[in-house]
Amino acid sequence: MSELSSSPRPKRPEFRNINAFNDLPGYRWPLASIVSGMHRASGLMMFLLMPFIIWMFDTSVSSEFSFARFTSAFNNGIGFVPGVVIKLVTLGLIWAYLHHFFAGMRHIRMDIFHTVSKEAGKKTAQLTLVLSLGLTVVLGAKLFGLY
Amino acid sequence: MSVNYGSKRVVVGAHYGLRDWLAQRVTGLLMALFTAILLAQVIFSKGSMGYDKWAGIFSTQWMKALTFCVIIALLYHAWIGMREIFMDYIKPAFVRLALQVFSIVWLVACAGWAIQVLWRL
Repeated sequence: MSELSSSPRPKRPEFRNINAFNDLPGYRWPLASIVSGMHRASGLMMFLLMPFIIWMFDTSVSSEFSFARFTSAFNNGIGFVPGVVIKLVTLGLIWAYLHHFFAGMRHIRMDIFHTVSKEAGKKTAQLTLVLSLGLTVVLGAKLFGLY
Repeated sequence: MSVNYGSKRVVVGAHYGLRDWLAQRVTGLLMALFTAILLAQVIFSKGSMGYDKWAGIFSTQWMKALTFCVIIALLYHAWIGMREIFMDYIKPAFVRLALQVFSIVWLVACAGWAIQVLWRL
């Protein structure tokens, strides 16, 4: 006890009213928190793009005619939106879905097996990023007609 | 069951929030299962992907029923997630309420559209 009180330690930073501009840049972002932040961001992204997702569902299943409109939107664009923009938004959605999927599975694994150590958290965060980004590249290449 | 309405509602203690926590996981697993089933049908059916094959996947009655459940699950799952984001980042009560109302309208409208598309197949 006496050693603790005698040696002056550097004052630890105190956060009470967090200011986004002054405090947030100093935060550390370990891999697990990057995955967590991206889990939220991908969910928000899919929430905002939900009408586009349902539009894709609608045009692709409703009729032969609408299916042609669906494929043409990706190749020739639709209205004032060029096809490449549709493809890029879809690529973003593919990433969002994959990341949200694997990050969600990571949570369920933690809930079932109670593996909540720091090491396991880092390892599964790495796995989440490798799987989601890897599959995004594979599916994105297909989307842009690379194979 | 503890009281979850009125001035005597329980807002702390054991199990508070358990329902949303559990619902988030159950609905997530249901959507993951749907993804696997849809993917299997896309991969393992014969012939190249065209309108007939794609629409055919959704036209069987069991697939319609499953997709319907998934739309409802997505509605609830997205609501819990959005509510969580608002609770964390949006502090002024009026702004938070307005965003929550917007989310509900947005999600119910989207679910209605998706169910309409599904049910006229």
